[in-house]
Amino acid sequence: MTALLEVQGLGKRFGGLQAIADLTLSIAEREIVGLIGPNGAGKSTAFDLINGVRAPDRGRVMLRGEDITGMAPYAVVRRGMARTHQIVQPLATMSVLENCIVGACFGRDDLSLRHAEDVAREVAGFLGLTERLGEPAGQLTIAGKKRLELARALCARPSLLLLDEVLAGLNPTEVQRMIGVIREIRDRGVAILMIEHLMQAIMGLSDRIVVLSSGRMLAEGTPAKVAANPAVIEAYLGDASLAAKLHARQ
Amino acid sequence: MIRALRRPTLWLIVAVTLAFVLLPLRGNDVALREGLLLAAVYVILATNLNLMIGYAGYVNFGNVVFFGLGGYTCVWLVNSHAWPLVAAALLAGALVSLVAFLFGLGILKLRGAYFALATIGVNEGVKAFVANFAPWGGSAGIYLSIEAYQPLGGPARGLWIIYFLMVLVMGLSLLASYGIKNAKFGLGLRAIGQNEDAAMVLGVPTRRYKALIYSASAFLPAVAGALFFFKSAFIAPDDAFDLALSTEAIVAVMLGGQGTLVGPAVGAVFYEELRSTLLTAQAFSHFQLVIAGALLLLIVQFVPGGLMGWIYRRWPRMRRILE
Amino acid sequence: MLGILVSIVDGVLVGSVYGLAAMGLTLIWGVMDVINLSHGAMIVAGMFGLFYLVTLGLPAYAALIPVLAAGFAVGVGLYWMSVHRMIGRPPLMSLLATFAVNMVLIGLGTALWGTVLFNVPVSLPGVAWKGYTFTGTHIMAAVATSVIAGLLYLFLYRTRLGKAIRAVAGNREAAELNGIPTTQVLALAFGLGIALACISGALIATLFPFTVLSGTAYQLKSFVVTVLGGLGNPAGALLGGIALGLLEGLLTPFMPVSWTTVIEFGVFVIVLIAFPRGLFGFLRHARSR
Repeated sequence: MTALLEVQGLGKRFGGLQAIADLTLSIAEREIVGLIGPNGAGKSTAFDLINGVRAPDRGRVMLRGEDITGMAPYAVVRRGMARTHQIVQPLATMSVLENCIVGACFGRDDLSLRHAEDVAREVAGFLGLTERLGEPAGQLTIAGKKRLELARALCARPSLLLLDEVLAGLNPTEVQRMIGVIREIRDRGVAILMIEHLMQAIMGLSDRIVVLSSGRMLAEGTPAKVAANPAVIEAYLGDASLAAKLHARQ
Repeated sequence: MIRALRRPTLWLIVAVTLAFVLLPLRGNDVALREGLLLAAVYVILATNLNLMIGYAGYVNFGNVVFFGLGGYTCVWLVNSHAWPLVAAALLAGALVSLVAFLFGLGILKLRGAYFALATIGVNEGVKAFVANFAPWGGSAGIYLSIEAYQPLGGPARGLWIIYFLMVLVMGLSLLASYGIKNAKFGLGLRAIGQNEDAAMVLGVPTRRYKALIYSASAFLPAVAGALFFFKSAFIAPDDAFDLALSTEAIVAVMLGGQGTLVGPAVGAVFYEELRSTLLTAQAFSHFQLVIAGALLLLIVQFVPGGLMGWIYRRWPRMRRILE
Repeated sequence: MLGILVSIVDGVLVGSVYGLAAMGLTLIWGVMDVINLSHGAMIVAGMFGLFYLVTLGLPAYAALIPVLAAGFAVGVGLYWMSVHRMIGRPPLMSLLATFAVNMVLIGLGTALWGTVLFNVPVSLPGVAWKGYTFTGTHIMAAVATSVIAGLLYLFLYRTRLGKAIRAVAGNREAAELNGIPTTQVLALAFGLGIALACISGALIATLFPFTVLSGTAYQLKSFVVTVLGGLGNPAGALLGGIALGLLEGLLTPFMPVSWTTVIEFGVFVIVLIAFPRGLFGFLRHARSR
């Protein structure tokens, strides 16, 4: 079975810094894969390379067997991959509805305005934004903006969704709600690759975890396996002996 | 389609265009016609410039270059090759927008301020080039002989025809602006104007859209330039590529409210009225640029949404009625 | 052959003044991310300033000092009047604001002085060499430029105020958090940039005749130089100016002056598109690979 997304040997250098080195991973249909790692590990850069915002120096990105390495982001969306950003990017003076319509119009299918509006309303409803459809997007709360960011990406009707810290900045109730939404999105048939710092959330949600540190893949596997991996613990704590002690205590 | 016909703005456009046609006809008012012709030119320039500034968020400081090149192409075709006016004007429009598309693919790689600077450079560069270009009369320009008016039935009748053609171009500019704004293309443009990177990630084909709108914003001003300079029967680099006119178009757009449909047109008419008042008042004739500049400075700092922005804030319902 | 060499050297001398003008532009650009479209008008202001001071009896090169001081004062005033509210807003807005100031100034200028040609009578003995002469005023202008550039360097790198400016240029928020009064520093930097524009205008006035509208050509040159040298890089601006002067010196024996604008514009657009970090930024980066 061809994986939905296959990343092979991705590499990217910025001047003197090797931001990503030899990254290889794959995602199957309807899988939720968590991408974790300490700050500066290169997670967002990996997203940039996968969805076309930056072209990698080395390696390939394949979506459903098609080589999309270095393709412009809009071409990638057309092929069914959508993305949210760590720092939300609402189209501020446009209304919430218009934001979603943009996502729908220019998403995987070439929808007409009318059709896109229907999709937008449906997705907005799914994400609890119906009351706010007429508001300018810039006036939403952080939680609202995060939901809008997600809604917009969903409106593109992707088969793979890249979520960049979609839970950051939310209070516990909002986090729980969003976790439920993410599960529902997967149930609707969308695979998800998510970057997250909220350990409990991502460990609970993911089918598999990939750990990135200093641009390299440190570990990969089920949440339980990864959590017990001493190298992973060391990467987060920075101290090998402390990591061994913690591991021994388990 | 039916939904579009019910919107007030569309009927407003039709009404204004009809007014421009009918008003001077009453009593054969040539003076009014001349004033309205100039106003129409400003409306055309401002409305098309708004496509770049208000929709896509790119400031074309050298927008007059389309007007001038359209003028030169037409006058040259009529003068040296005896082309009929309408054909020459249309070809001028087509050629200028084609050049704009190709050129746009290049300079639209530049973001924001860099693009704006490049457009100033474009205007100055084209002006300097034409001033050295012998087939187009160099710095002396081209004079059109009065015989060019024969196919139009003589000068008096010809001036009326040119006027109606200009009003037609104005109506088309407004309609095109309206059509684009409410189409998928316009939505994509506005997304680009808000946040180009986000738009790209959302799937908007930014490069193609920017080049298209740049090209589109060139077509009708080029045709208007063709008509205008044919009417003037003379064209020279300093008049054709007058940065002041570019500037006034920008002032008109900002004054009326960039990004709206009605704004640039209103701003254009208002500014043209102000300008002609200043020109006739002896004391102020040299000060039109000063006044325009001062206006722009005040608007940008205190009322960046222009007249329409102010109206929308005060009466939110007007957003639907006067787009 | 020798004639071309002389032309090139002369170009370098004059080009240094272009570099000085561009330094003002790039300083403002680098510190507050504002592209000053009234740069050309301020160059003209410097020209007229010098003209009137010389008419009043001041020796030309002594008059440079009041021009510098007045330029600074005007610059600070302009900052408060038109740029201050634009900080932090989309770059389009500050472009339009400075553009508007330019319109007002050029409008006033043409109303007052029309398009009459002005000339500042300055004569200095030239330097003769193998039958050619290097114009005295050109040499003096290059010397003055070097002095001013040197003073600017000392100011930016050896004084506290200069450091504050560089801090704000690097990261405005961080500078603010460190207790630097950013608004005052921005006003200062803007004033400095305008002062440089004015004084370069005054120096140009010692070299060539001018009209109110001369500013546009020199503004274009300043922009070309700035993008050549890389944004916010005063040293790059000086080098870029010399490079441009060199190019002009190379071209003038072969083509009519009116073509220079076309070529400069061509260079401008090409450098903008191909080298977003400036020609020198590109070279520096290429070396580090």
